[in-house]
Amino acid sequence: MQRHILKNKNKITLINGILIIVGFFSKWTMDNMDIFTGSLIIASILGVAPIAIQAYQSLKVKVVSIDVLVTIAVVGALIIQNYEESAIVTFLFLFGAYLEQRTLNKTRSAIKELTEMAPEKALKQMDNEEFMVVDVDEVDEGDILLVKTGAKIPVDGTVLKGEGSINEASITGESIPVRKEEGSNTYAGTILDNGTIQIVADRVGEDTTFGKIIELVEEAVDSKSEAERFIDRFSKYYTPAVLVIAIVVWLFSREIELAITILVLGCPGALVIGVPVSNVAGVGNGARNGVLLKGSEVISDFSRLDTMVFDKTGTLTVGNPSVAEKEYYGDNTGEALKYLASVERESDHPLAKAVLEEIGETTFPTVEKTEVIKGGGIVASVDGHRIAVGNVTLMEREKVEVNEKAQADLVRFEKNGDSLVLTSVDGKLKVLMGVRDQMRPGVKKDLRKLKELGVKNLVMLSGDNQVTVDVVSRELGLTEARGNMLPEDKSAYIKKLIEEEGQIVAFIGDGVNDSPSLALAHVGIAMGSGTDVAIETSDVVLMNSDFSRLPHALGLTKATARNMKQNIFVAVGVVVLLLTSLIFSEWMSMSIGMLVHEVSILVVILNGMRLLRYNVG
Amino acid sequence: MKSATIQLEALTCPSCIQKIEGGIKGLEGVDQDAVKVLFNSSKVKVDFDADQVSIDEIEESINKLGYDVIKSKVK
Repeated sequence: MQRHILKNKNKITLINGILIIVGFFSKWTMDNMDIFTGSLIIASILGVAPIAIQAYQSLKVKVVSIDVLVTIAVVGALIIQNYEESAIVTFLFLFGAYLEQRTLNKTRSAIKELTEMAPEKALKQMDNEEFMVVDVDEVDEGDILLVKTGAKIPVDGTVLKGEGSINEASITGESIPVRKEEGSNTYAGTILDNGTIQIVADRVGEDTTFGKIIELVEEAVDSKSEAERFIDRFSKYYTPAVLVIAIVVWLFSREIELAITILVLGCPGALVIGVPVSNVAGVGNGARNGVLLKGSEVISDFSRLDTMVFDKTGTLTVGNPSVAEKEYYGDNTGEALKYLASVERESDHPLAKAVLEEIGETTFPTVEKTEVIKGGGIVASVDGHRIAVGNVTLMEREKVEVNEKAQADLVRFEKNGDSLVLTSVDGKLKVLMGVRDQMRPGVKKDLRKLKELGVKNLVMLSGDNQVTVDVVSRELGLTEARGNMLPEDKSAYIKKLIEEEGQIVAFIGDGVNDSPSLALAHVGIAMGSGTDVAIETSDVVLMNSDFSRLPHALGLTKATARNMKQNIFVAVGVVVLLLTSLIFSEWMSMSIGMLVHEVSILVVILNGMRLLRYNVG
Repeated sequence: MKSATIQLEALTCPSCIQKIEGGIKGLEGVDQDAVKVLFNSSKVKVDFDADQVSIDEIEESINKLGYDVIKSKVK
């Protein structure tokens, strides 16, 4: 019975509304008070039934919900024979709840689109070698799956057989299909555009990258900031308090009408729903645009940002440096290059890769001994020669003479924004290479937008020499740039900004080397293209490490934070307005109060919905 | 201890959360601190002792409060 009534709530609302119309119609046109009273009584009783059931259910688990307040108010109105009020209040309450549900679903639509991309079925190889359609939950690691053209990849796996191209937009945001063949990795939730492949499942369900993204977003839309937790605690005591106040008023004034009006006016409607609605719409917009925001605390911090600190290599630059210019000194250049190649071959430094690429095919004499000089480079012995590869500091330490021509070259290279790699053989300078990393396309424009959005300081930290860093900084229009920074220097710098200057700081860097800085900053954003690391360590995840999403992310968090404030303002404003007009005006009644409440709830939901369309432009 | 994720029909009133939370916490064998009702994704996450309470009983308690369970996953 109870469930039946709740199931048919929408029908009840409709009948309730029709009865009210019939009642007023017969009163005004036929002056028939019997039909009027009769239909309004039926409408009230019918309408209060589902509300009363919900009230009973919540009282059973010791919660004084809005339903409890409304039920008492309606019953009270019936007792004092104010059937007009009781019928209209139930209708407004039920119809409001219906509209709320409809509009709320809209605000959640962006999130829903994302979760619906999750694969549901898979073609799994059974014991008899045949492929059968199974639920994706039934796939275990190590299972072999068949994926046909147009189908979703069900798990994170490795291609076993066949080839095809896959649209990985759901993971990377990049919609140009990626070619996959034997041994390639595939990601759950991506779509096989053409071809047929067999894959072996490596990770399934929530362990897949896509599963992690969904979980992150779901946690994010329901995460609560300090302010929201306060509202939650507040509303826990608020509704019982309203009930108590109404009873007290009734006891003292003996006016049932006033008491039940207070019950309705005191409903906290818009207050409890305003902030979650902004949150879900904001996070939803982000998810649709390649920006995953981890919850409302992040939104709040990000929107109030003072300073953005960037790592240089791989963040502002492409992270794929190459040798832009070079000079040779003295003779035996060929030998020197071979030694250089041998030493660099053993290093995993990003500059080493560029140097090796530049030298190309060569032979590698055996390296007998190497020593890494921190903040300098490498000293090694090869074929009985002492080889030093590194920066100017290292050359000074090795007492390598740098002649006038080389000095001039050094200055010129640095001015061009190169990182310097010097090579000496037995204390004689042989090779100077200038390695340059390309700027990310569009980065200058993105940084300007960030500034326009109100970020006061744009700071770059880098391990490169100061001259190079300055060149890049001038080109990009940064407010500050510091070179010669080791990872621990970077985190110390961020700590100083936060603790001594009280700034709100975001750090954008690669997820591996800079994890201390990412953790320290209020908002950490990892650029690593290994999506897993980026998801784990970041507060804001940029899909596909797309730097150009940053202005959107910042603008969106600002819009979301603003939206939340507007909603809180509307909600609190409405309660204040209703209570003051109850005291100071004649026209305030239960049904007007309910109408204003329901309208205010719809206003905050519609306001939240605006965020779905936000675009930084 | 097992943990379950229960997908409900779309939740629309924040007070539903208090209700469902209260209802589940009232069950014997449910980890009181680990009950999480997610409003926007309309999900319940709960840890429970399978010897004392079954997933069916948990679903039933939610049903009784007037909310439909769409599906649940136990790990």
